[in-house]
Amino acid sequence: MPKKKEPIWIARDFAKCSGCRKCEIACSLWHENRVWPDASRVRVFMLVPGLEFPHLCAQCEDYPCVESCPTKALSVSDKTGAVLVDNEACIACGQCIDACPGRVPHMHPREKHIVICDLCNGNPQCVKVCQEGSWNVLRTVERGDEPYRLYARKPDEITRDLATKIYGEKGGEYL
Amino acid sequence: MIQGYAGKFLDIDLSTQTIKETKFSDEILKDYMGGRGLATKILWDRLGSKWERVDPLGPENLLLLLTGPLTGYYPGGRTCVSGKSPQSSGVVGSTLSGEFGVELRCAGYDGIIVTGESEKPVYLFLKDSDVELRNASEVWGKDGKQTVTALTNECRGLLKTRYPKYGEWKEPAMLYVGPAGENKVRTAVVCSKWAHAAGYGGYGAVMGSKKLKAVVAKGTGPLPDAADIRKVKKLIEAVCSDVYEGELWRRWGTGAGGYNFGNKTSSEPIRNWQEEWHDEKGYGVDKFETRLWMKPYWGDFGCPTTCLKLAVVRNGKFKGAITDNPDYEMQAYLGTNLGIFIPEENVFLASLLDDLGLCGIQTGNVMGFAAELYQRKILTKEDLDGLELKWGDTEAFATLAERIAYKENIGSTLAEGTYRAALKIGKTKKLDLLPYAVQAKGISIGAHGIRSGQDFPEIISYACSVQCGDHTSLASLPLDGGGEVMGIFNDSGVFCVFNSFGVPRNVRFDFYKAVTGLDLTRKEWAFTKGLRILQLQRIMLLLGGPDLNWNPKIHDDNPPRFYEPLPNGPYKGKTTDKNAVEKYKRRYYRAVGWDKKGVPTIGILRKLGLRDAEKALERISYD
Repeated sequence: MPKKKEPIWIARDFAKCSGCRKCEIACSLWHENRVWPDASRVRVFMLVPGLEFPHLCAQCEDYPCVESCPTKALSVSDKTGAVLVDNEACIACGQCIDACPGRVPHMHPREKHIVICDLCNGNPQCVKVCQEGSWNVLRTVERGDEPYRLYARKPDEITRDLATKIYGEKGGEYL
Repeated sequence: MIQGYAGKFLDIDLSTQTIKETKFSDEILKDYMGGRGLATKILWDRLGSKWERVDPLGPENLLLLLTGPLTGYYPGGRTCVSGKSPQSSGVVGSTLSGEFGVELRCAGYDGIIVTGESEKPVYLFLKDSDVELRNASEVWGKDGKQTVTALTNECRGLLKTRYPKYGEWKEPAMLYVGPAGENKVRTAVVCSKWAHAAGYGGYGAVMGSKKLKAVVAKGTGPLPDAADIRKVKKLIEAVCSDVYEGELWRRWGTGAGGYNFGNKTSSEPIRNWQEEWHDEKGYGVDKFETRLWMKPYWGDFGCPTTCLKLAVVRNGKFKGAITDNPDYEMQAYLGTNLGIFIPEENVFLASLLDDLGLCGIQTGNVMGFAAELYQRKILTKEDLDGLELKWGDTEAFATLAERIAYKENIGSTLAEGTYRAALKIGKTKKLDLLPYAVQAKGISIGAHGIRSGQDFPEIISYACSVQCGDHTSLASLPLDGGGEVMGIFNDSGVFCVFNSFGVPRNVRFDFYKAVTGLDLTRKEWAFTKGLRILQLQRIMLLLGGPDLNWNPKIHDDNPPRFYEPLPNGPYKGKTTDKNAVEKYKRRYYRAVGWDKKGVPTIGILRKLGLRDAEKALERISYD
């Protein structure tokens, strides 16, 4: 009997991100059939040049976004553990953005609903291209019992940490 | 409308502060594509009749920021900057990498045309079709990194306030000038992302002359629809998998060149090209890699190569300096050409020039020229206002770069670029200084020498190029090989040439078809469309003006230094054969349809349907 496929998590190594944004291209081609950076579920932030990183759902253990949704438009996939958006039910109120410790979800630029990473039904396209290019910033791992929520952080906070790591103590000046 | 285009351009007059939209016919887009090709057409149509009289730094000139149909689709997006060049007085299509072109296309525009001159410093901010000119007094005078920080915060703040429910806004993309551009230094660049620059042409000075500090763009739409997105997807995969096979550009970018082009091909500028060979192992790429590269891969939108490396000096005297690799050109011109062979010092100078908004190639060349004059005691310590410009003295060159950017003392003369500075200083000193000026028609030559015969430029590559010293636009035969006309395709498409190495040469035409839905063959481009653009560039170059004019008989040539024998290294004694140059030049002229004097013939203009250019020939006359 084939082994039951475990849910996955996308491990991320921010400091290594090249800023190539192939993840955005792959994500938007998969979900929108277009090259559309702003509709991508993974977005590369570059608030300071050289400090690029992919910003995407961390699938927190307690799913605060799902809890916050007033219309029950958000749910957790039994199969993958990803947050799924019911576009019809979503009223674009933005409460999930405020509930997310990393303010990761954002509005679809043309349609009235939120966009959140759905793990591409278990085969994340962003990971695929990142691995193909051997950047290894995004990697699929088996979902265990780890504090994933720690990775749901605001872009400004992540940038500040990377600035210190890469540019030293004065790095914060570039923010 | 042709697929793959947003279909409209912003047309901005800064004198009257008016913002309009404009369109170009399908015929024009089919023939001139975008980027460099379209820039040439726009300049010809709008300024061609009075070209000789247009001051590149006056309000009449245009600043063009153009994308092409392949921008964002072909891996490795770039933007093309153009206008009448304050260096060559012709047209240069100068491209730089980054996300700007993609943001612009996602905002619904294929390009921006800027004319006039603002009274006060402004910057342009656009979010999709909401376009506004904003006060830039706060950032005027600020260096590159400060400008990026200030405008990123300001514009992200605006987006947050205006669209509070959107979520977190990513940073918009930005093109900007540093102090050098503001001060109309002819070696100033249009910059992006701290370390990227459109250098050749000197368009930072054009942007500064218009008092346009920056253009900030946020586009939330998709890229303009491609004719066949499935095919595009396949082609992206094909290009990437070919690129991933290559180790050189991915691992080192061009950053291995600082040692290799000196040591192996003996074609690197050293002490203003007095030498082209060295064996300074301390300048090897492994030193940059191990000591300085904080990111092994750094790149721009869609790029599989990510040839840039993030170099950071973390300690010591030059602590805090940050730049990309530096790439080969910077390692050469802000290193070996100034007698500097220490990686940290090279990164420091590159970082400083980024901040000042100076072109590393043009400025490194003019500083090397000045240092040679100092070595030969033509320029004295007094001429240099107390500066002892000794080879290898990084801090002296840093001071000189600042004086150039702010046009202080000798800096104001050197800010004119190598050719004009040579004429000016030569006049004062009553000496012919052109033998020390390593440039072609006002544009300093890229860091790839021709004397050893081992590097990629050929003996007429710079002499016959319509972009002169530009090492990314080299003249060679056959026309449909790898020469200038094919380079025009990349610069008009607008995408990065580094993602075409190792990729079958027809893939870019397959890409063009998949995006636009139009058939285009290599031959058709080389012998009609590309060649047509080349003719217009050549005509505007020969019209020149207002301060300089080129006579092909004199100026379609290599700098005198390239006819001196190499003094050392494995190719010691080798030099350029003048007769061979003349012979190749004649063959080249014939192939592109220029007469013996180097002027496009009526025959070729008629054949290419450039009847309106015939009249301009009367304005070009040589004995």
